[in-house]
Amino acid sequence: MKVGRVAATVVSTISHPFFDGQRLLLCHILDSGGDTTGYTIAVDRVDAGVGDPVLILDEGSSARQLFGVETGPVRAVIAGIIDDVDFGD
Amino acid sequence: MQLGRVTGTVVATMKVDGLEGVRFLVVQPLDEEQQPSGRAVIAADALHTAGPGELIYFVASREAAEALEPRFVPVDHAIVGIVDEVYP
Repeated sequence: MKVGRVAATVVSTISHPFFDGQRLLLCHILDSGGDTTGYTIAVDRVDAGVGDPVLILDEGSSARQLFGVETGPVRAVIAGIIDDVDFGD
Repeated sequence: MQLGRVTGTVVATMKVDGLEGVRFLVVQPLDEEQQPSGRAVIAADALHTAGPGELIYFVASREAAEALEPRFVPVDHAIVGIVDEVYP
């Protein structure tokens, strides 16, 4: 799992059938200092919105399991909205 | 998934069995500001409709193989959507 923040909504009419009806959000990936280390486009499963801190699952077979499918070109999924995170010192 | 811009096409007549009919495109990966980031990759077009100049998103590694129908392993990047808009 990774910690991220939703930065934008990605609109796509023509896509692989797996993504029909799915919301795609562009998320910054954050390190333990809260700095951006990169980004990913993730499928939203929790109704996250722009600006929300989120928990990003970034592993394909877990993602497919979450969708209940055996095949599908999915890897990054927003699996939770973070209320609070404490990275310690 | 990452954003990318299709910059070109690849034509290969001799391919391993199973890759017949698969279109390959040159894709420049982009950062979140849609600026070029890293080296271009060759991606299979799982949509059969992407073309040069288009803003797309693509998957890599195992997920790229999952994008083809039928599922086929010797592919490491695949275009899975054309982007209409990215808005904050």
